[in-house]
Amino acid sequence: MGRVVHYVNQFFAGVGGEDSAGQGPVLVEGPVGPGRKLDELLGDEHEIVATVWCGDDHGPGASAEIVELIRTAEPDLVVAGPAFTSGRYGLACARVVAAAAEAGLAALGSMHEDNPGLDEAGAAPVVASGEVARRMGPSLITLGGAAVKLLAGEPLTAEDGRIGKVARRSVLVEESSARRAVDLVLARIAGDRDATEIPLPRFDAVTPAAPVADVREATVFLVTEGGLVPDDNPGSLESARATRWLRYPLEGDTLAPGSYRSVHGGFTSVHANADPHRIVPLDVARELEGEGAIGHLSAEYFVTTGNGTSVANARKFGIEWATDMRRSGARAAILTAT
Amino acid sequence: MGAPRIVPTRGIPYPTGDPSLDPAAERAWRRRLVERALEAVATAVTAPTVFEVAPAHA
Repeated sequence: MGRVVHYVNQFFAGVGGEDSAGQGPVLVEGPVGPGRKLDELLGDEHEIVATVWCGDDHGPGASAEIVELIRTAEPDLVVAGPAFTSGRYGLACARVVAAAAEAGLAALGSMHEDNPGLDEAGAAPVVASGEVARRMGPSLITLGGAAVKLLAGEPLTAEDGRIGKVARRSVLVEESSARRAVDLVLARIAGDRDATEIPLPRFDAVTPAAPVADVREATVFLVTEGGLVPDDNPGSLESARATRWLRYPLEGDTLAPGSYRSVHGGFTSVHANADPHRIVPLDVARELEGEGAIGHLSAEYFVTTGNGTSVANARKFGIEWATDMRRSGARAAILTAT
Repeated sequence: MGAPRIVPTRGIPYPTGDPSLDPAAERAWRRRLVERALEAVATAVTAPTVFEVAPAHA
């Protein structure tokens, strides 16, 4: 029989919501919450012997402590999630399975591929879940199937729902690399555009916009993902995993130190706070506008925080920015990236 | 990451600055970066393209 220990957050453990997000890890016997269904899906061969849950604010930074607790239940497999697109929960799940794998335990995570935690799962495999908890049913079926396979000692592939970085494994094959390379070329000539031995990560291909005909007549937008906001952060911009972007006026010729600060949590903001122009170059842009080198500077700047921001959110922000800029008649944007 | 036009800068915490310079030199560096960005948006590209800022002759 395979012993499985399941990691969930306080919400899925049925303990509470944000009010309980600060709680440290707790081990309880047997399956809890979604673990009950997962336990059924594991069949008679395997069993969830214990569940460890932890509050969302605490979980991402407590993986070592959590894995210590998990270890006491002597698991053959550690399963974490499904975390859907939840940022803190996804990070916690990813770090727990990464730490478990590092400690020599078999481990498996479940989250949506846009979850910012996905890249932190280390050597542990992750399978896809739905985007939101409403997709719990199908997400558990994928997770359960993958867990059973791992417990049988088989590797997971994309067909099992595996997502994220896949470790490369050495295998012995019959044909030499020269022959395989020629076979791939022939396959490509024959119309197979996907045949490869080394799948590369997929990024959106963005078609560059046509050049601005005359910048001296154009309205140029300033945009940043450096988290620079008015000092009291009136729009509550997040320091990481931003879910929003904000707009603030560009008035006068300078941004006064002390009136702005960067809330970005991914770098030291000391330099930006001492001189906000290090993130939003209003001073020189205004000067260039005055000299006629820029037609008009935008009346406002757009800002978000590019720190663990999901690709889905980043794509959404980009679409909204472009739509907004187009409506305002702007022809170009300078986006400062940190 | 697929941005079509890229002007490299000197550090993550200060894309349009350089705290190691004195204030006047830093402002001049920032101006060169923004001027280079304006040249970049006026240049046709078909793929991600880096627009280096030429080193100062000072």
